[in-house]
Amino acid sequence: MIVNDKTIPSRPAPAANRGVIGWLRENLFATPGNSVLTLIGIAFLLWAIPPILQWAVLEADLFGSDKNACTSEGACWVFVSARFQQFIYGFYPDAELWRVNIFFAEMTAVLVWVLWDKMPKRMWGGIWFLTGFPATSFMLLYGGAFGLEVVDTHKWGGLMLTLVISLVGMVIALPVGILLALGRRSQMPAISSFCTVFIEVWRGLPLITILFMASVMLPLFVPGDIELDKLIRAMIGISLFEAALIAEVIRGGLQAMPKGQYEAADAMGLSYWKGMRLVIMPQVLKISIPGIVNTFVQLFKDTSLVLIIGLFDLLAVMQAGIADVNWPNIAIEAFVFTGFVFWLFCFGMSRYSLSLERKLDTGHKN
Amino acid sequence: MHSELEQVEIKENIMQAHDHHQDDAAAPSHVAAETMIELTGVNKWYGDFHVLKDINLTVRKGERIVVCGPSGSGKSTMIRCINRLEEHQEGIINVNGVALTNDLKNIEHIRKDVGMVFQHFNLFPHLTVLENCTLAPIWVRKMPKKEAEEIAMKYLERVKIPDQANKYPGQLSGGQQQRVAIARSLCMNPQVMLFDEPTSALDPEMIKEVLDVMIELAHEGMTMICVTHEMGFARTVADRVIFMDGGQIIEENAPEPFFNNPQSDRTKLFLSQILSH
Repeated sequence: MIVNDKTIPSRPAPAANRGVIGWLRENLFATPGNSVLTLIGIAFLLWAIPPILQWAVLEADLFGSDKNACTSEGACWVFVSARFQQFIYGFYPDAELWRVNIFFAEMTAVLVWVLWDKMPKRMWGGIWFLTGFPATSFMLLYGGAFGLEVVDTHKWGGLMLTLVISLVGMVIALPVGILLALGRRSQMPAISSFCTVFIEVWRGLPLITILFMASVMLPLFVPGDIELDKLIRAMIGISLFEAALIAEVIRGGLQAMPKGQYEAADAMGLSYWKGMRLVIMPQVLKISIPGIVNTFVQLFKDTSLVLIIGLFDLLAVMQAGIADVNWPNIAIEAFVFTGFVFWLFCFGMSRYSLSLERKLDTGHKN
Repeated sequence: MHSELEQVEIKENIMQAHDHHQDDAAAPSHVAAETMIELTGVNKWYGDFHVLKDINLTVRKGERIVVCGPSGSGKSTMIRCINRLEEHQEGIINVNGVALTNDLKNIEHIRKDVGMVFQHFNLFPHLTVLENCTLAPIWVRKMPKKEAEEIAMKYLERVKIPDQANKYPGQLSGGQQQRVAIARSLCMNPQVMLFDEPTSALDPEMIKEVLDVMIELAHEGMTMICVTHEMGFARTVADRVIFMDGGQIIEENAPEPFFNNPQSDRTKLFLSQILSH
């Protein structure tokens, strides 16, 4: 017979399992194979990083106004600073740039308001984001009211255009996508077949085709006196394309919901829409965050395709710069910089989504 | 228990039923009480599979019914028809005087008055315990938030977990979650409570805490239909025990004769199997 009524006090883990040494041992040198891989990895970094650093930073030229300022071996970032205005604003008139700056400021402010959970009255932030912000942005960027000069959309460009297209795409795609996903699962045959056909058609077409159709074919079908701006046509095309992708992401989330959640919502007398809004969608959106953000990141990068219909987004402005005879051999710098800017925004979205996932985690795994 | 009772608003007629129950033996003597649920000739098929066959059942106000039977016998399906989680294809189901039809208004109206507790609790994991309890009162009964919270706290006290009110369901044990689920249903002030195997997914040591809450509820005069294999519970609180097999009601009796003197062979076999250990 064994009787044990003494409680064994907790002891610290052995020194070899703790601290820096424990971490190294566990993560880098756990087995001989791991040790070899670690050493190879370190050797590769030692080989690759110094030249990149040398090119991009140590031997780079930062100041000046034209190609002649680039005298050293490294990167010629002078190109970026000389073209900075175009990268950001496209061909927006010099005298009106302050309008774009206000747009940028308002965008930053409203995004912080909506996305940062420590801000007060975020509900109102969301409402402003969906109503006042688009209206004031249109007023500012396009003009035509309050004595603001009209700036045609073909003068828009650069980062500003990329952001405008992406934001419009995201804001339209998410709600439309949610409705499409719900519609596809609807019991009503007319609604579900409409949504299925819509999703499959838009998802099955390459975005390039959609943009071409929006810019070339659509005007042929629309009566002559109605002229829809090319940018608006591109935005509609991109938004609906993204909505179809988002719809499938949301549908995946809906499939993942346990049947019991629908039943519990029904059993307490919530109507379909209330049940969806209060019970199902908050959970579906939460588990779909990785998929939604993935789609948004893709959308953000895909906006660069608008260059084929003659809209000058960030990448298109870059390409125009590369073709400039005054700036020979500048392609590497141009693409590295453009890539970096795109990466910065996408990385930001991805980090935000991770923190959102952590914040919304209520410890329940179904 | 009575002091607790006084804190709790219970409709007068339920109180009467409760008092009535006190001097009442196991037999349902309150025949005069009004009918709460009535199933008449109810049939249901899943495709070609005939799950419910000519079900006739009347439940009076304040009555406590325990439904048992082997798995696949249609007992869950039957009680899920009562709040239209499942649709029946033939027959009439009347709940508190309202007939269940395809009319969404009727269905939502009935669901307001019929609380349901599920085997897997089905709490909403993205809401706190308190928010789980106040959701339906606020959005279905249009109750002000403050009032809904007060009522929720009252019921959470009654199921003995007011201190967990601001936790999320994922942080609670199974027994605690099921008690929250019961409180959540009670917050809607239902006329009837349906229990669909409420203890089947629980660890043995948690079954008791849930059964205790259910027994207390039964003693307060709540109309209950309970699908369960807890025969001790059936003996203690049921007015009638119903045994189902193959989609039919095989036997229906007061607990005393049901357990001591079952009539049908299938009932005898079933009881011998579940009571043998």
